[in-house]
Amino acid sequence: MAQINPSNIESLDLARKGEVQRRPSRVAGLSRFTGRRLLTGLGTLAFVLVVNFFIFQLLPGDPLARYKGAREISAEDLQKLREELDAPIWEQFFNYLKDPLQLDSFSTIQGKHVWDVIWAALPWTLCLLGTATIMATIIGIWIGIRAGWKRGSRFDRVSTGVTLFLYATPEFWLGLILILLFSTGVWIFPGIFPSSSAIDAGVSPGSLEGIISIAYHTILPAAALAAVYLADYSLIMRASMVDELGQDYLTTARAKGLMDRAIRRNHAVPNASLPTITLIFLNIGFVIGGAITVETVFSYPGLGLLTWDAIQNQDLPLLQALFLLFSVSVIVFNILADIAIAIVDPRIRV
Amino acid sequence: MTTETAEPVTRSPRAIAWSRRRTSTARFLRNFASYRTGMFGVGILVFFVLVALTAPLIFPVRLLNPNLNLDNESLCHPSWDFYYWLGCDDLGRSVMAELAWGARPSLIVGITASIIAMVIGTLVGIASGHFRGLFGGSMERLTDWFLVLPFVPLVIVLQAVLGQTSIWVTVLVLGITSWPGTARLVRAQTLSVEARPYIERAKVLGNSDWAQMTHHVLPNVMPLVIANTTLTVAIVVLSMTTLAFLGLFDDSIPTSAFEVGGISWGGMLDAADGSGAALLGAWWFLIPPGLCVIAVVLAFTLIGRTLEIVLNPRLGSD
Repeated sequence: MAQINPSNIESLDLARKGEVQRRPSRVAGLSRFTGRRLLTGLGTLAFVLVVNFFIFQLLPGDPLARYKGAREISAEDLQKLREELDAPIWEQFFNYLKDPLQLDSFSTIQGKHVWDVIWAALPWTLCLLGTATIMATIIGIWIGIRAGWKRGSRFDRVSTGVTLFLYATPEFWLGLILILLFSTGVWIFPGIFPSSSAIDAGVSPGSLEGIISIAYHTILPAAALAAVYLADYSLIMRASMVDELGQDYLTTARAKGLMDRAIRRNHAVPNASLPTITLIFLNIGFVIGGAITVETVFSYPGLGLLTWDAIQNQDLPLLQALFLLFSVSVIVFNILADIAIAIVDPRIRV
Repeated sequence: MTTETAEPVTRSPRAIAWSRRRTSTARFLRNFASYRTGMFGVGILVFFVLVALTAPLIFPVRLLNPNLNLDNESLCHPSWDFYYWLGCDDLGRSVMAELAWGARPSLIVGITASIIAMVIGTLVGIASGHFRGLFGGSMERLTDWFLVLPFVPLVIVLQAVLGQTSIWVTVLVLGITSWPGTARLVRAQTLSVEARPYIERAKVLGNSDWAQMTHHVLPNVMPLVIANTTLTVAIVVLSMTTLAFLGLFDDSIPTSAFEVGGISWGGMLDAADGSGAALLGAWWFLIPPGLCVIAVVLAFTLIGRTLEIVLNPRLGSD
């Protein structure tokens, strides 16, 4: 913003004057809001660390017996671990806090550092969840806008029915049905899509062939996830469209003689999309939960399948690291959502 | 004078309160019954409750034991025999029998876990709304923190750590993780109730905190809590299905009509996935369990939404 010469302020009209005074405080308000939000985020992070430590203390039995499992371990190291585990729980907790990421912990099934294992699987999950979120957002918002704008129409009734049905559907069941229809192929359905893995064996992910192969493998699991989450988005979008319907500014727009489509697109939709956009950020926790089962169904080699492997093999160091990663990403997305709204809607910054 | 003097009807305050309650309940039920979607949900729910209760009578427990069904082919096709209208599962057991028995853990876990969540959520919610200062503040913080934890991974990790010995472990896990939503709702409602003058009157008359919360706040928040709990049941049933699908639910085989145990719709889907039913085209083992889950979840969702609309008519403009 250009510098304002204080002497000029006198000559500005009241409205402008108000604006000039508000501008700097608005920016300050946003940074203050962001700072406070980051601070509460840190509090939540501390809580997550506590939960992540103590949940795994609930485990019955001898942790060392499980820990040894897959790999060779010297008697010395074993003795050291035994001493660590015999320490009082508070001491163990402080040791944990010194290194919350547990950088030295090994996955017992894969015999590698847990974060290496996670790092290798992460891109696949990002690819799957990214595709699913984009599909769910576009289709869900489109349905919500149409249904809410013509409330009570046939489109509204049918789409609300379908979305309530999808809302109640377990994503992994939908995945199994998609495999039945489009991988196995029954009745009139063609079995053209692969039912497992994320890329054909021996194809490099960077090549054009690889990208096509990835798209081909991702479409069914992404569709299963998207179908369930679009229900959420369209129900919220519909509700906020309905809220906007009676507003005065729409009457004004109609009185100006604007076309119905223009009113919907340029006036109602921007105001109604805020809650839905927030929800997309806030839903990340649920989407991760869905990814665990859907990746299992499709043997899609991401974090979800890794979680399933960890559960089946009682690989607790891996499970602990995964839970930490999931919780932290939820916290980060929550903060991003709040800040995004505060930027768009100044009333939030209280 | 022939006209009778109107005799003053003397009724105790308790009787008046009860008759008022009766009329308002009747009004509420009439109102609820006027919503078709809500009654549709009630219909589905009644059907599944009947199925859960009569399962042992219609489908004897021997149908569930793989060792007693060795004559059946794995994933045999549907046939005209009543027990095998939907064919058999990977172990040659009747899919129909498993579906009927599967209604029992879904309803029992769904409802009991939601009641635990309701109790915790209501206590924390009222306490954080009523008390100021450190105690109320920390209750509020606790709710916020729990809300942020990713629900499904948390449930999975807890259940994986505690093991899958009994359905009551699952009830506990889902109960102690599902309360924050209720707590936040109750807190908001408590704040709005406590802003009303009669709470001030109660305070001035020297009512204790406990009396204020139980006599004045609780009756006011209870209707919304019940609507919210109905919606919680839907989420709990879905989560329980996810747990069972991941092999984290009791998989024991019931041996008598009084056992709830083992056979669940999520567990059936796990077996279907494990035996490659989708790739073998065994739709009869794959589609019905999912439809049952959807029906029960949908029933609770529809009832919960209708309860919300009936209790809070401003939502009803929708």
